[in-house]
Amino acid sequence: MSQSNRISGGLIDRSQTLRFHFDGLPYLGHPGDTLASALLANGVRLMGRSFKYHRPRGPISAGSEEPNALVELRSGARQEPNTRATVAELFDGLTAQSQNRWPSLKFDALAINDRFNSFLTAGFYYKTFMWPASFWEKVYEPIIRRAAGLGSLTKLEDPDTYDKGFLHCDILIIGAGPAGLSAALTAGRSGARVILADEDFRMGGRLNAETFELGDQAGSAWADGAVAELSSLPNVRLMTRTTVAGAFDHGIYGAVERVSDHLIEPAPGKPRQTFWRIYSQRAILTGGATERPIAFENNDRPGIMLAGSLRAYANRWGVAVGDKTAIFTNNDDGLRTARDLQSKGVDVVAVIDSREGGELLPGIRHLRGAEVMGSAGRLGLSSITVRHADGKTEVIKATALGVSGGWNPNVNITSHHRSRPIWRDDIAAFVPGSGEIANLSVAGAAAGTLSTHGALVTGDEVARAALASLGLTATAANLPKAEDAPVRITPMWYVKGSNRAWIDSQNDVTVKDIKLAHQENFTSVEHLKRYTTLGMATDQGKTSNVLGLAVMAGLTGKSIPDTGTTVYRPPYTPVALGALGGRGRGQEFKPFRLTPSHKWAQEQGAVFVEVGYWLRTQWLPKAGETTWRDSVDREVLATRKSVGICDVTTLGKIDIQGTDAGAFLDKVYANTFSTLAVGKCRYGLMLREDGMVFDDGTTARMGQNEYVTTTTTANAVTVFRHLEFCRQVLWPDMDVQLISTTEAWAQFSVAGPNARKLLQKVVDQDISDAAFPYMGAGNITVGGLRARLFRISFSGELAYEIAVPTRYGDAMIRKLMEAGAEFDAVVYGTEALGVMRIEKGHVAGNELNGTSTALNMGLGKMVSRKKDSIGMVLSQREGMTRDDGLRLVGVKPVNPAAELKAGSHFLKTGVAAKAENDDGWLTSLVYSPHLGHYIALGYLKDGSNRIGEKMRAVNLLAGTDTEIEIVSPHFIDPEGERLRA
Amino acid sequence: MIIHHPILGPRDAQEFVYLGDASLIGRPDGLTASIEDFHNYTYLRDNPAGAHRELWYHEQGDRSWLVVTRNTVTHEILQVELARDVARAEGRSK
Repeated sequence: MSQSNRISGGLIDRSQTLRFHFDGLPYLGHPGDTLASALLANGVRLMGRSFKYHRPRGPISAGSEEPNALVELRSGARQEPNTRATVAELFDGLTAQSQNRWPSLKFDALAINDRFNSFLTAGFYYKTFMWPASFWEKVYEPIIRRAAGLGSLTKLEDPDTYDKGFLHCDILIIGAGPAGLSAALTAGRSGARVILADEDFRMGGRLNAETFELGDQAGSAWADGAVAELSSLPNVRLMTRTTVAGAFDHGIYGAVERVSDHLIEPAPGKPRQTFWRIYSQRAILTGGATERPIAFENNDRPGIMLAGSLRAYANRWGVAVGDKTAIFTNNDDGLRTARDLQSKGVDVVAVIDSREGGELLPGIRHLRGAEVMGSAGRLGLSSITVRHADGKTEVIKATALGVSGGWNPNVNITSHHRSRPIWRDDIAAFVPGSGEIANLSVAGAAAGTLSTHGALVTGDEVARAALASLGLTATAANLPKAEDAPVRITPMWYVKGSNRAWIDSQNDVTVKDIKLAHQENFTSVEHLKRYTTLGMATDQGKTSNVLGLAVMAGLTGKSIPDTGTTVYRPPYTPVALGALGGRGRGQEFKPFRLTPSHKWAQEQGAVFVEVGYWLRTQWLPKAGETTWRDSVDREVLATRKSVGICDVTTLGKIDIQGTDAGAFLDKVYANTFSTLAVGKCRYGLMLREDGMVFDDGTTARMGQNEYVTTTTTANAVTVFRHLEFCRQVLWPDMDVQLISTTEAWAQFSVAGPNARKLLQKVVDQDISDAAFPYMGAGNITVGGLRARLFRISFSGELAYEIAVPTRYGDAMIRKLMEAGAEFDAVVYGTEALGVMRIEKGHVAGNELNGTSTALNMGLGKMVSRKKDSIGMVLSQREGMTRDDGLRLVGVKPVNPAAELKAGSHFLKTGVAAKAENDDGWLTSLVYSPHLGHYIALGYLKDGSNRIGEKMRAVNLLAGTDTEIEIVSPHFIDPEGERLRA
Repeated sequence: MIIHHPILGPRDAQEFVYLGDASLIGRPDGLTASIEDFHNYTYLRDNPAGAHRELWYHEQGDRSWLVVTRNTVTHEILQVELARDVARAEGRSK
């Protein structure tokens, strides 16, 4: 297909031709084109269907504000929905598909919605899908979900990588139009570290889209010269294809760089996009302005676009959108478009100027005091209806219409910290509010200075002020002479009497919808937005917000600033979630922490489980075992029969030293440690200040002023943080030092009747019961290597924990297994660990759930009232000390063959399964291979007085109701004889 | 956000863990204070729109607890002190 609408000039490289496909048809374009400019050059105006009414749509803009021309770019796993054709850089081999249409763009079945537009008005969902309630989930939601949305997801994994990066600078300049380039030259020449970022692939902003000159050069040539000078400065970083998406605290800005979006696929090793965090001392916003339309009946046909964009297509891309072009304007900038197009040889059939007076364009049919009443053309504009000043109407043939309702400064980023823009009557637009974002200043069109001269001057001025505040001196600027036309505008927002006149074409919000919202009293701007969906979705109302506000102001009879303002939030334009995620995807989302025995366990075919960041052995299957229970039952029985080994390195370990170490532990634990003898361990219960149990574990006294505390695996970090808080903030003069040694020691539990025999083969010292009694602790050696030994037990068996420096952990597990061979030693995983602690009646995470007290756990006596400790006072509150409160109990099924279900609640026999009859719940449940039936722990009201009671364990989700008996939580060796063996 | 650590200079807020109101420094003594005193200490907080003294912990740094005075409206950080110094100045010792 030929580029029938291509005209002369423009900043495209005609020496090269690029091939691309849209909806399966081949087209040609040139480097420098966007997908939109290339399609328009090929005479394609129809690029999509609207969201709600499925009306035919083409681009209305030439930039990132585009609401209509959204396409699915690329194919296969790289396909990306809702890509704006107006900023998609053309490359050879590009493929794109239109979206939100079926079966084809030219014939879309859901266009029937347009016929029913009187039903699909503002608040349609709220009014229609009301009843019956049973339809909400099953009928309405699937229908809405299918009809909603624009592009489709492939559901294939994105094959590209994304990165995050960090940059630091003195001055960040956002936008490289005339103001940004001027600011960058001033700042760069001073030696300041400057970052100049622009969303476009070519710096220069509107200079690339205009015909006026700077000095004796074309605007784009001046921009090229400025960019060349800036590139030569080592202190300046130029970032094209980079959108500053948001302003965050303390001079930090988020920016997304589309590193490879303009290539068919990223170069090897390069990311698709990079999300930069830019730390700036000062920032300057030179983001330019965005034109807004005037609403009139059927103003959304392909071929109707913003006048400045029509001009940009002609000047920058050498494209005439239509063969007969009309302009509808309320300001002088629209006249500029008419002049530029005519000088390019485009047939300008009429300029419809809503203003009565002003200059008369020479050589063009300039209709003053006129309005566009409507348009015609099924899939694209063919004619417009004009009402002249005298009231007569006329149909004028036109295939392109440029509309200019004035320009809105791009204040977006200035309101990211909630600052509200302020209204300026002289330019009929909002400008940035004052200084809410520290160290950010605004220049050029973004500040409401809409001439090129003004942009150059204010860019330079603002850069000078920023440099001065940083203690840097600026050299004299050498600004070229440039156009300085005043803004002449007579605000006109919509043509009176129009109804289906589009305000927000992306969300299909018309003047009629705003009238309806007003009629139904949704007059607050925030309500208006949510009720009509005005300004939502990918374009965030860049072309529509102010227009919608103005229409509402007209209806309420208030001024625009009295009606409200529009506040923008980040991001400025859509940011792919992939870019925000960076490399943190899949396996790289978080690191794994590996235990010292991991390699050995892997060799043995262990099954691992994630415990926080840790990977722990869950169980270790042997040949012939078919289910996890086979392995776990074997590990438990073998440990209780002879000896088992478990890697317990993951438990938090904290060395606590200092002359006040004992006194400190007395403060942070509910029980007492200052009285603990050197060489002994004690179980400790740590409370939160609200009296609930925070953590538990054993603490050993290794010397007069030296303790080793262990925490649960889950709370290792938070306990350490809490202890630092207590040490630094609550008792700042205590002589106590903390260091986390979790990763310094590889620690193994050796449990079972033969534990001592096994260990005695490994350690150098005598560890007989007399030499190393129950709850003993001490420094020992293993073949001369320093080690720590603790005689503590979680399983209820005779048990020790032995610690060696981590780098010897792998050697240690191998040595233990070798020494244990004669005892048939097994390694047991976290499942068997859980089985044995429940058999013994020890609490763990399920019981330490943050809402349990020491009393609930049957450990109330551990809370010493003789000393001050964290949580002691509030643990004595009335509701927490009830005699009949929840207590930890053991549970077993009356029928030993019966299976219990996790999550069951305890009920008396014969009562209804209702919340008011709930007597407690099951917290931990396992099958005990030792006892041959299920056992459980749970919290039961007045539980300690109900041992022996027959009750029911009811699980309404599983549909089970099982007879149970309440028993002691200590299922094995309640007297602790094995521990002391 | 950037927090100017009194020892380490400007650090990104991501290195820190936030706890909350610096009134947590003023913990009553458990042997003399009432349950009500502890209730107020544990649960009651002011929620000012403006300057707020709060505790931050440099967990991915030197493990200092800091008292950061921050404007909750603008997020401007007005002062950063070592919490230990503040605690001592408020009369805390052992």
